[in-house]
Amino acid sequence: MRVMAQTGTAPPDDLPAAMVAEGQHGPVIHDTNRAARLAGVQRGARVTDMKALLPDLRVEYADIYGDRHAMEQLMFWVRRWCPWSAQDGPDGLILDTTGSDHLWGGEAAMLADMEAAFSALGLTAQIALAPTWGAAWALARYGTVRSICPEGEIAQKLSPLPVEALRLNNGTVTLLRRLGLKTIGALADVPRLSLTRRFVKAKLNENPVLRLDQAMGRTAEPVSSPDAAPTFRAHARLPEPIMDPTPFMPDLCRELCDQMEAQGYGCRRLLLTVYHTDGDTHRIDVAMSVHSRDPDHLLYLFRDKLDAINPGYGFDLITLDAAQTEQMQTVQAHLGGGADETVDLSRLIDRLTARFGVRAVSTPALRESHVPERAQNWVGALHGSSDTAEVVAAERPIRLLSHPEEVRVLYAVPKGPPVQFIWRRQTHKVTRYAGPERIAPEWWHDLPGTRLRDYFKVEDHAGRRFWLYREGLHGDGRGGDPRWFVHGMFA
Amino acid sequence: MSYLAPSKRLSSQTRLTLRSIGAQKVLSDVFTQTAADAAAVGFVLAHLPREGGTVLWAQDRLSAKEAGQPYMPGIGPAQPVMRVAVSRPSDVLVTMEDALRCKAVSAVIGEIWGDPPTLDFTATKRLALRAEAHGLPCWLIRRAAHPNLSAARNRWRIASLPSAAHPHDAQSPGDPRWQVELFRSRAAQPGIWAVRYDRATGRLDFSAASVDGTVDARDGADRHRAAR
Repeated sequence: MRVMAQTGTAPPDDLPAAMVAEGQHGPVIHDTNRAARLAGVQRGARVTDMKALLPDLRVEYADIYGDRHAMEQLMFWVRRWCPWSAQDGPDGLILDTTGSDHLWGGEAAMLADMEAAFSALGLTAQIALAPTWGAAWALARYGTVRSICPEGEIAQKLSPLPVEALRLNNGTVTLLRRLGLKTIGALADVPRLSLTRRFVKAKLNENPVLRLDQAMGRTAEPVSSPDAAPTFRAHARLPEPIMDPTPFMPDLCRELCDQMEAQGYGCRRLLLTVYHTDGDTHRIDVAMSVHSRDPDHLLYLFRDKLDAINPGYGFDLITLDAAQTEQMQTVQAHLGGGADETVDLSRLIDRLTARFGVRAVSTPALRESHVPERAQNWVGALHGSSDTAEVVAAERPIRLLSHPEEVRVLYAVPKGPPVQFIWRRQTHKVTRYAGPERIAPEWWHDLPGTRLRDYFKVEDHAGRRFWLYREGLHGDGRGGDPRWFVHGMFA
Repeated sequence: MSYLAPSKRLSSQTRLTLRSIGAQKVLSDVFTQTAADAAAVGFVLAHLPREGGTVLWAQDRLSAKEAGQPYMPGIGPAQPVMRVAVSRPSDVLVTMEDALRCKAVSAVIGEIWGDPPTLDFTATKRLALRAEAHGLPCWLIRRAAHPNLSAARNRWRIASLPSAAHPHDAQSPGDPRWQVELFRSRAAQPGIWAVRYDRATGRLDFSAASVDGTVDARDGADRHRAAR
């Protein structure tokens, strides 16, 4: 929706539309617009059911990670009104505006300003102001538009609201409704002792007593406002355009590493940007497998990449940004000093990856599969692999061809072992063989019609040992005659 | 055909030396007789240190295309492997040099196809000196190549031989056997051997091959012994 709003293709508000996410049994409704909600489309329902209810429902996939990221950005953006803000669930923000409202001309003016700013962003915001987090949450979702709750009027403002407004889970809400407690006022009227006794072991989100205390301000609920991740950037502003950034790189790296060291951070990605005099920019990106703030190591990663810059008329500004930063402790690997060997390996990975690319440097990830090419997968060493599946007990070759190569084979039809085969224009006479080892296609991965394989370990007249397989059987109804392939070599 | 007499099998003293030549922490060249023969790879793998760090395995594009990639389910989980697949032979050399400086690497294997001009005496000398300075075994597997000038301390030529008899199945190939020729070495006398690799224990059994390269009839694919 966010993207569609930016590109101007968002559906109008009066047509029912819904965002869906993958559920356990097919797609489910993640969120809806107002028109769909009024037509009876519920969150969490299955898309097929809702399509039956409303055939012209427009359905788009939700970008859940993108939304989460956007919400995080929004949390920092709202600090224009007050210095403390935090995320409140997946769809809410809580701002501690204590002492900030007079800067905006009072509480009502501040709320109006907020709503205007949000609508300028293309967002619909339901805003409420109250002395406690719980009361603000309830009024924003179930209260009137831009409701303001003064100190001392919380009980009065909340009493007509339904019990859902207390941030309770569905089970507890249903229980309270069955007990006849439909509004917060009704709940507050129940003697505290009997309520406490009823919910003595309940957790916070299923305990109406604790939630009521939070909303009424009897229990403190401070806003813990996370800090934005610090940004690290070093730049060199040059009086005259230059053609080669190499002489400036050591100083830039050192400055960036000093900044990171001062705050106890390390980075996994570096972005070098050069700004050409004619307005063009060029970026170079390097990545690391573990966090680092070692200037020599960072400098080394750029060694062969600087040649790729086309200087044009020269450039007069170089910036070096650190990305994917994370807190990093200084560790002493050995009591007697000396470096850790794993650091060495990760640096080797970084250097090789910076030079040859992510896909060139890889480690094997073993998976539980009988199909040989699936049992091993090469994954980029930069991201690391933790897959260590049990290896198949049967004998396997030490070399595997990336693509099995078709061979012409002389064999006893229909299921005999190979007697002679022609591979790469050479005839190999089979002297000994072991097999067949039948490997059936994995129907949960393979296309329908994939044929089974019968693997043979064969030894030719010169003693070379190959791994051959026959794909399919005679008359299995999945294509013509079986074909033979060489797939690997034994020691 | 003239076979060596059985009494001329190697003495235990020589056998020990042979095994230690392969375990030397120097640069060794391995030439394969035919390109797609995995005997050389098996020979190198049999010599890798059992414990220690990662094995760095660099391949150029043609080697990977013609002779396949290392396959860990067959090699076994003893050594963690990091593979560097690059397109040019010079990149393989750069990778090997870089890896030889790394303390966490236990061995370096490089595969180069043909005789590229970058793989000259200077390049091998650099690798040899660096391998010796850092005390790491470094193996250069060369396919479709000529054994021209090289600074490698040991130079091997390896081909497959008919495998040993399978203990349970006369029809099946058993433990792999290779014809191993050490044609240049600083540490040992050059020679030709038939080597049997015992997969269960990871041992290499060196025995003398005959003069003309064929093997003693008793060592070969002896079906009678298995079928007794």
